[in-house]
Amino acid sequence: MRRLTDPTARGPGRRTYLDGVRAAAPIGVAALAFGVSFGVLARAAGMGRIAPVVMSVTTFAGSAQFAVASILGAGGGLVTAIVAAVLLNLRYGPIGLSAAGSFEGPWWRRALTAQLIVDESWAIAQRDDGRLDRHLLVGAGLLLLVCWTAGTALGAFAGDLVADPESLGLDAAFPALFLALLWPQVRDRSRLLAAVGGAAIALVLMPFTGPGVPIVAASLACLVGARRSR
Amino acid sequence: MSAVWISVVVVGLATIAIKAAGPLLLARRTPPPRAQAALEHLAPALLAALVVTQALGGDNGGFTIDARLAGLAAGATALLLRAPLLLVITAAAVTAALVRVVA
Repeated sequence: MRRLTDPTARGPGRRTYLDGVRAAAPIGVAALAFGVSFGVLARAAGMGRIAPVVMSVTTFAGSAQFAVASILGAGGGLVTAIVAAVLLNLRYGPIGLSAAGSFEGPWWRRALTAQLIVDESWAIAQRDDGRLDRHLLVGAGLLLLVCWTAGTALGAFAGDLVADPESLGLDAAFPALFLALLWPQVRDRSRLLAAVGGAAIALVLMPFTGPGVPIVAASLACLVGARRSR
Repeated sequence: MSAVWISVVVVGLATIAIKAAGPLLLARRTPPPRAQAALEHLAPALLAALVVTQALGGDNGGFTIDARLAGLAAGATALLLRAPLLLVITAAAVTAALVRVVA
């Protein structure tokens, strides 16, 4: 993990916010480009210019935002859009539970830090002992929030100027990122089993459910950890 | 309020609440050992699911096989060669872009 996320590591345990920014920099480029395409799509879907930017700051979760824009744009109805987005973001429930032990301070600071959790920042902040590195999470989360929101504004206000991120292959950057972050995680048999189980659950459910459900259901694969610790 | 702003506000508030729930509910409380062990296996389970859904997911659910799969294979090769993260991601993006140019 250290090799992947932090080429400047000086030793275990001492990471700074800047280390988090550095670790997230490559994926920040992709977040910026996809922010632009969200801004363009949202504006084309009739969301205007301000609402998509407000959404990027407050919701800060790409897949849910794309779902809302595409459903509203296709005339799919308000309730459908909201349900789809909430389903897509339900995975942050178990993710938040797993992160809780790594947070410090009064309730409002814990709640605020939790807003910087997205798949990418959470994955980058994983430590070898199964906890989260709060500094890496905040640094990575802030950089991604800035890139995502700036991209959205760029797309909503000046979208015609920018290339399509898919033609640049940037949509392939995300599965590769998650694979690279998964790699050091599967260091024993029970974690390998959890990974295989999560992938299998997602694969089986994908043809039958809307997006969002397979990822939430895949979190059940973490129960192999409870079974083994007996 | 328009449908657009209602969706922005409702989805925003719901997401903020979902993200904050765990850290607020579990404040200063350590979960029992078996629950803790399960939570430590959440990262590999969810990351593997994200690899699958991000590489194969279609716009409206279901599977879509496209250049992302070639990109992922290139990323996996870079990983096997012990390339750093930036190179893994770049290899995936460049490969997918090239496949789209050729196809």
